Amino acid sequence: MSALKTLWHRLGSPRWFFEISAPWATGLLVVGLLGIAVGLGWGLAIAPPDYLQGDSFRIMYLHVPAAILSESCYMLMGAAGVVLLVWRMKLADMVIAAAAPIGAAFCSIALVTGAIWGRPTWGTWWVWDARTTSVLVLLFLYFGVIALRQAMPREETAGRACAILAIVGVIDIPIIKYSVDWWLTLHQPSTFKLTAAPSMPPEMYLPLLVSVLGFYAFFVGVLLLGVGNEVLRREHRTQWVNDLVRSRAS
Amino acid sequence: MNAIAFVRRPSSSRAFVAQLQRDLLIAFRSRADFVNPLMFYVMGIALFPLGVGPGPERLALIAPGVLWVLALLSTLLSLDALFRRDFDDGTLEQMVLNVDPLFVGVLAKVGAHWLVTGLPLALLSPIAALMLFLPGGAVGTLVLTLLIGTPILSLLGAVGAALTVSLKRGGLLLTLIVLPLYVPILILGAGAVTAAIDGLDPSAQLAWLAAILALMLTLTPFAAALALRVGLE
Amino acid sequence: MSFESWHDFLYMGGHYAFVWSAYGIGVVGIAFILLRPLNARRRFFAEQAQRLRRQAGAESGEYDASRTA
Repeated sequence: MSALKTLWHRLGSPRWFFEISAPWATGLLVVGLLGIAVGLGWGLAIAPPDYLQGDSFRIMYLHVPAAILSESCYMLMGAAGVVLLVWRMKLADMVIAAAAPIGAAFCSIALVTGAIWGRPTWGTWWVWDARTTSVLVLLFLYFGVIALRQAMPREETAGRACAILAIVGVIDIPIIKYSVDWWLTLHQPSTFKLTAAPSMPPEMYLPLLVSVLGFYAFFVGVLLLGVGNEVLRREHRTQWVNDLVRSRAS
Repeated sequence: MNAIAFVRRPSSSRAFVAQLQRDLLIAFRSRADFVNPLMFYVMGIALFPLGVGPGPERLALIAPGVLWVLALLSTLLSLDALFRRDFDDGTLEQMVLNVDPLFVGVLAKVGAHWLVTGLPLALLSPIAALMLFLPGGAVGTLVLTLLIGTPILSLLGAVGAALTVSLKRGGLLLTLIVLPLYVPILILGAGAVTAAIDGLDPSAQLAWLAAILALMLTLTPFAAALALRVGLE
Repeated sequence: MSFESWHDFLYMGGHYAFVWSAYGIGVVGIAFILLRPLNARRRFFAEQAQRLRRQAGAESGEYDASRTA
C-alpha cells in the first residue's frame, strides 16, 4: 500500500515521470507494434473467411481495436480529469492534453474502416450501425475537448475546463450508447451485427485479441511519448531540461 | 460562542428564489432574448415544407425528428446568453463570490432559462406540429417529451456555457461541445413521438428521459459551478 | 493459411478494394499517431538546442543579428 502511495506522490513530479517513462514508452511501442503486426497479419492471412461476409470481414481486425481504443482513451481522459480536479496533479492535465488527439485519431480510423467495411456488407458507404454511430458521437466529443483546450488562453484554466468536459462526456457515454443501441433496433430490424464477438470461433477470435492487446500497448506507449513531450514543453526553462538538451545536442 | 454565530445566514432556498426572480425579471425586460429563440423555432420549422415539399405524408414522416432537432437548435441559440450578460457587467463574478453553495445560484439561472425558453417552446410545439402535419394523437407525447427534455437541454447547455463564458467568440465552441451531449435526448425524444405516431407506447422513452433529467439535475449544477469558477479565474 | 496462393490473398475473395484500402488507411493512421509525437520531440530538442546556443552566444558578448527575443 505504501509503495502505491509513494508512486502517487512521485507522480506529482513531472521530471520523475519523464525519466521513468522514457524506457517504458520505447518498450511498449515495440511490443505494441509487434502485437498489431501479428494480429493483423494473422487476421488477414490465416483466419478463415466469414460464412456470410467472405473476406471483407477481415477489416474487423483493424476496426474493432480502433473503436475499443477510442473509447478507452476517453475513459482515461475522464479519469485523468477527476485526478486533476480532485488532487490537482499537473500530470493528469498533460495526460488529457496528450490523449485527446490520439483518441480522435483512433476514432477517425474506426469510422473510416467501419464505413469501408459497411460498403460490401450493406451496399452503402455510410452505415448507421450501433458502433459507427456511437463512435461518430464520440469523435464529436473529442473535437469538443480539443477545441476547448485551444480556445482558452491560459494553460491552467484550459486544463481544468477540459477536465470538466471530459468528465461530463464520460458520464454521457453510457447514455449515448444505450440510446443509439435502442435507436438502431427500432430502425433496423435486421439482427445481423458487424461485430459478433462471442459467437466467433477461436480461429477468428484469437487474432482479434492479439490485435486489441497490441493496440493497447501501442496506445500507452504513444501516450507516454506525448505526455513526455508535454513535460518537456512546460519545463523547457528548467535546468534539468537544458542539461538534457545539451547532452542530446552533443 | 462568537458573534458571527448570531448573524442569520441566508438560506440556500432564499438565495435560489432571489436569483430566480432576478433572472426572470431581466428576461422579461429584454423581450428579444425571450422571443427570438421562439421565432427561430417557428421559422425554422416552416423552412421544411418549403424545402421538402408541402405533401403531408412526407412532412408527417420527418416531423418528429425535425420538431426535436429544431428545439435543440433553438436552445443552443439561447444558451450563450445564459451567463454572458452577467459576465459582461460583472454580476457573474459577484454571484460566484457571494452565493454559497454556488450550485444553488447556477440552478436558479438554469431554471429561469428554462422557464423563459424551454417551457414556451414546449407549449408552442403544437402549432409547429400543425405545420408539419403531425398526427393529432402524437402531439401530446411531443409536448410531454419537450417538457421533460428541454430542462435537460438547459442543464447540459449550462455546463457548456459555463466552460466558454470567458471566451470572446465562445458561441460556436459552445455548440461544438454541447451537441454530442444532446444526441441521446434527441434520439429518445423523437423516438417517443415516432412511437406515438405508430400507435405504440412511448412510456419507455419518457421514463428514460425522466431518469436522465433526474441525473442531470443532480450532477450538472455542480459541474457548471465548477466550470464557472475555472472560467473566471 | 486461409488462402491458396499469393494471388488469392491479394484478391481477398473479390473484396480487395475494401480490405486493402481499409488496411492502407489503418496503417497510415497508426503511422501518423506514432510519428507525430516522435517528430515533436525531435523538433523540441532541435529548437531548444538552437535557443541555448544563441543564449550562450549572447552571454559571451557576441552580437547575434538573428536574435529576435
